[in-house]
Amino acid sequence: MSEHLHLLHILHELQQKHRYISEASICEVAAQLSLPVSQVRAVVAFYAFFYSTPCGHYHILFSNCTSCGYRAGGTDLLRLLSQKLSVNIGQTRKDEQVSIDETSCIGMCDHGPSLLINGVPLVHVDAEKIEQMAALIEADKPLNEWPSAWFHVKDHIYKRGLLLDSSLSAGDGLRAMLTRGREGTLTEIIQSKLRGRGGAGFSTGLKWRLCQQAAGEAHYVVCNADEGEPGTFKDRMLLQQHADALCEGMTICAYVIGAYQGFIYLRGEYRYLLPHLQATLMHRRKLGLLGTAILGQTGLEFDIDIVVGAGAYICGEESALIESLEEKPGIPRSRPPFPVTHGYLGQPTVVNNVETLIAATHIAYKGSAWFTAVGTPASTGSKLLSISGDCAAAGIYEYPFGVTIQQILEECGADNAQAVQVGGPAGTLLDQTAFHRQIAFEDVGTGGSFMIFNQERDILTIIHQFATFFAHESCGFCTPCRVGTILLKQGLDKIMIGQGARNDMAELQRVSELVRRYSHCGLGHTAANSILDGLQHFPQAFEQQLTQYDYTARFELNAALQEARQLTRHDGKEAHLEQGQD
Amino acid sequence: MTHKPKLKLATTSLAGCFGCHMSFLDMDERLIELLEHIEFDRSPFTDIKQLDHCDIGLIEGGVCNAENVHVLRTYRANCRILVAVGACAINGGVPALRNHFSLKECLEEAYVKTPDMINPHIPDDPELPLLLNKVYPVHEVVKIDYFLPGCPPSADTFYRFLSELIEGKEPQIGKVELRYD
Ligand SMILES: Cc1cc2nc3c(=O)[nH]c(=O)nc-3n(C[C@H](O)[C@H](O)[C@H](O)COP(=O)(O)O)c2cc1C
Ligand code: SF4
Ligand code: SF4
Ligand code: FES
Repeated sequence: MSEHLHLLHILHELQQKHRYISEASICEVAAQLSLPVSQVRAVVAFYAFFYSTPCGHYHILFSNCTSCGYRAGGTDLLRLLSQKLSVNIGQTRKDEQVSIDETSCIGMCDHGPSLLINGVPLVHVDAEKIEQMAALIEADKPLNEWPSAWFHVKDHIYKRGLLLDSSLSAGDGLRAMLTRGREGTLTEIIQSKLRGRGGAGFSTGLKWRLCQQAAGEAHYVVCNADEGEPGTFKDRMLLQQHADALCEGMTICAYVIGAYQGFIYLRGEYRYLLPHLQATLMHRRKLGLLGTAILGQTGLEFDIDIVVGAGAYICGEESALIESLEEKPGIPRSRPPFPVTHGYLGQPTVVNNVETLIAATHIAYKGSAWFTAVGTPASTGSKLLSISGDCAAAGIYEYPFGVTIQQILEECGADNAQAVQVGGPAGTLLDQTAFHRQIAFEDVGTGGSFMIFNQERDILTIIHQFATFFAHESCGFCTPCRVGTILLKQGLDKIMIGQGARNDMAELQRVSELVRRYSHCGLGHTAANSILDGLQHFPQAFEQQLTQYDYTARFELNAALQEARQLTRHDGKEAHLEQGQD
Repeated sequence: MTHKPKLKLATTSLAGCFGCHMSFLDMDERLIELLEHIEFDRSPFTDIKQLDHCDIGLIEGGVCNAENVHVLRTYRANCRILVAVGACAINGGVPALRNHFSLKECLEEAYVKTPDMINPHIPDDPELPLLLNKVYPVHEVVKIDYFLPGCPPSADTFYRFLSELIEGKEPQIGKVELRYD
């Protein structure tokens, strides 16, 4: 089957070919797909990986994440490369040979500093590699002649549990499903008390039930493989190693809810996984596990298309993801109605995380009792954690729900931890007094990100990076988040450069609460979490940076007079201003 | 019957057009009733130049020069409740249109490039307050307790706001004040 002729894919092709998408191309594509020009233009503007001016032949995006980013090792690798190549960050070099910028976490958090070069992940970057890269670029060497080891993404699995220890052959789950029947299978999922692994933890069985019961012309299954939460990379491993179980989970869901079509929404950063996923789909079709007459059952019909995103964290939010599937900018919908009744094309749709669907396959095969034997009563089963940051062994760990933070820290070799960020920037920032707490929906929930920060780290810098992330990724639809995330970043900027006053902490608190309460979607609801946690658990990180004043101006007052001083040639005392007031 | 002491009110116009002050006066006869509970301190209405300790300070206009900064800080230091009044104080408003240009461009346009200027030059008399590079909203310079939106806020807005303060209630900026269509 050919790749779905999707707007995002056509635009990707154009971007690859011309290194930007011109107004003329936009009009052509609009005509080709019978879409309004305004919609195509809006899509090009919305997604970070589409550009309206040419990128370089080598287009490099450094992952700017907190655990592993290009600054983590002490040297600023981004700056180093841009100096070596004499290119300004964010601007294409005059000869159009190269352009360099940064991007949000690319999911290579267990590979040290990493980057995307023409969309392909290049890992374990260090100063020496930067030197070599610069030479290769100047010599115009095509990427396939670069050392292949640089592009080698390894799955570091350090602890296996319920899921990763179980072996399953393609079709096992489906055969068990047919034996149990539609209702029997759904009952098994409900009894397993499986909850969504994408972060929110909604009951999977209930979601499937609601969707099954919803009236519609068609039903759809969508796998959320957007994995955008910084510090999360367990879906990357699952897509690489357990794609069969994933497709099987989607097929089981389809059977239960009555869907014939499914989608895997793959984040653009994981495009390199596309050939592997397509091969898996092909193989399953060949085996009769996908397509028409699945397992020889006439009428049992289901197939999966893959849609690849283009650099937008918000597209992990299920309704934004659906908008993106519908070839629109990923702006979250108003909910309710929820996707289970009004999802893709307005039809009942189940959106589930990769890990959730794989767990469902195993449950269909092994039964709910096998699953509930592990975990806590409210959080059954296991959780894959993507552990990164200051520890001896960054990688994937599968734990039963209920495991304490302390145990995790001990097992991954983090003996000097000052703080842990669980669930990514949108999650919870914990100090040492909270290390006894458990990973579980009823205690500390997580979509899988687990970042460790040792005593040498400056907590304020970390919180500032998170705030920068949200200000960058806010989709801009609603004011509390669009403006609020910028205000929060500016408030932190001010404290970081040593110009903050006591009032700025109060202001951060106030704006944080406002953003959390009034935003339209989950991004805004969680964007201020780390600031609120920081103010509560690490107040000294803020306080030690404050000036003596009660109140200081939001901008540099004295600098704001500089131009007038020059123009009038006055430079006396009266031509200067104090930054603050008591 | 105990008589509550009158609230002391001060007002000023920074980079504003005095439209907010005019709108205040549009309270008309209600001003007489208000004056039962309020007395004016420093304000263009009274021409009192020295600011005493006050309960309420109303600031019209944004911050465009060094003198504005000093006046604003004096109001902050002396007023228990400081209020940003009108679009200019809250956002910079019309004067902030100059923020799209450098100060040099603005001054040259006005004092150098204008035809028929006698002795064209950028004014540099030491009496003139130095201009800031941009026009800033007041809350970027001092802490503001309340914001009265509008260009100008209507007389009703002033009246409601002050009445609530007089009654000792937390003033509510209602939906009516926040819509502009
Ligand atoms: C800003 C934002 C980003 C999200 N990103 C992801 C993501 O990358 N992957 C994911 O599975 N869920 C993500 N979610 C959660 C989804 O909206 C949705 O709850 C989830 O895909 C449902 O699947 P589950 O029940 O299997 O967890 C995100 C939510 C928000 C608000
Ligand atoms: S909360 Fe943020 S991301 Fe969500 S709709 Fe509003 S602007 Fe967009
Ligand atoms: S807000 Fe309007 S009325 Fe008030 S000072 Fe500004 S321009 Fe004048
Ligand atoms: S790539 Fe570094 S935190 Fe994700």
